[in-house]
Amino acid sequence: MNKISIIDYKAGNAPSVMHAVARLGHEAVFARAPEDIDGATRIILPGVGSAGATMQSLREMGMINALEDAVLRKKTLFLGICVGLQVLFEHSDEGDADCLGWLGGGVVRFDGSKVRVPQMGWNQVNFIRQAPVNAQKDHFYFVNSYHAKPEDESVVWGTADYNGAFTAAIHKDNIYATQFHAEKSGEAGLSLLNGFLNLNGGE
Amino acid sequence: MLTKRLIACFDIIDGMVTKAVRFQDNIRVAPAGELAGTMYEEQIDELIFYDITASAEKRRIDIKTVKEVAGRVFIPFTVGGGLKNLDDMYEALKAGAEKVSVDSMAVRNPQIIADGAKAFGSQCVVLSTQVKRAEGMRSGYEVYIDGARTATGMDAIEWIKRGQDLGAGEVCLNSIDNDGTLSGYDIELMKLAQSAVSLPLIASGGAGRPEHLKAVFTETETQAAIISSMLYSPRMERNYPVRELKEYLTGNGVNVRPIRATR
Repeated sequence: MNKISIIDYKAGNAPSVMHAVARLGHEAVFARAPEDIDGATRIILPGVGSAGATMQSLREMGMINALEDAVLRKKTLFLGICVGLQVLFEHSDEGDADCLGWLGGGVVRFDGSKVRVPQMGWNQVNFIRQAPVNAQKDHFYFVNSYHAKPEDESVVWGTADYNGAFTAAIHKDNIYATQFHAEKSGEAGLSLLNGFLNLNGGE
Repeated sequence: MLTKRLIACFDIIDGMVTKAVRFQDNIRVAPAGELAGTMYEEQIDELIFYDITASAEKRRIDIKTVKEVAGRVFIPFTVGGGLKNLDDMYEALKAGAEKVSVDSMAVRNPQIIADGAKAFGSQCVVLSTQVKRAEGMRSGYEVYIDGARTATGMDAIEWIKRGQDLGAGEVCLNSIDNDGTLSGYDIELMKLAQSAVSLPLIASGGAGRPEHLKAVFTETETQAAIISSMLYSPRMERNYPVRELKEYLTGNGVNVRPIRATR
């Protein structure tokens, strides 16, 4: 049985993700407490706002241990979106925030003297590695002032260009994450999301 | 590379998209959910939805219509009109909007920009403002509120700078002079704005032909342009499919999100 849990905290955009998942013919539940991800076969961590605020919400919900148990130990399929990608790293320069640290590296700001910050709009993503979720070069919707710099470059799944190449998507084992809003990237985003929802191994 | 965005704007009354000229004389075009679905299929890049009578009628935003639209479009979607406080913003976001737009309310209570940015992130807060040429103003433009009816005495460029400092994530400038004229965007206004703030800018008011989009995207740094009449107004001699606009812009060297072959 497929159980999709979407982590819902006040500043997140879980409703948009829920709409997209529903459009793809899946049912999901909002997870607002650790027990809501018990038995989940897929966990989606949407995110808007800042990494620090998201971490704070996760702490207040008591969600961090439960997430680590599910994703790091039980290897539950995980998809982080936008700030949900950024919090996977050790640290974010935005508000000098300590993050989950599941992946080595940090999150840094775009150079506002070179480009308008936040980056807001559709940018082309090149998927530079194969992953079990099939994704093709396409345009996706971004809203971000910060971007991740992974220590281990082999986790970089896709890149896009904004004053140079930056990390647009991550894949490592059961962990997927996109800096873009897959749920708001039209059919390109829905197709990627559909790939994640239909991956084997979650059941 | 980041592409230029075409944003379809809906002025909503009782769940219906309406079309006005210079803020008056609204005619009904189509149910909001239906037209949003059509625009999504045509691959518009973004939607903005204004509940234009919410403020005047002193009621909260039409959440039912927000939900209906959110269930049909999987692109960014901004909601404005009648948002008075953080709770109203939260309601709109919870209903599936991506961003909220603040206008008259922010002029009366600028703190709402800071509060919204703090609660939901700057990227959620679009500062929309109605501006009109005014000789007495330092920049030459004055801010108007209440559906462009009331002059505020505030300089438009000073106001958007303040909005940026307060934490807005994007600025939408609607030219009252050009609105409904179909004679093109106010290029001078966008040039002033781009040197005053570093936020992404949206141009609004005046689009009538594809050339107007080309002009604002090639002559200024504006990242997004609002179109409405061209897309769906029955008052126009003809409407333009999104595909035609994008093909025209691509052909003229403007980088836009290409039309994607459907599944």
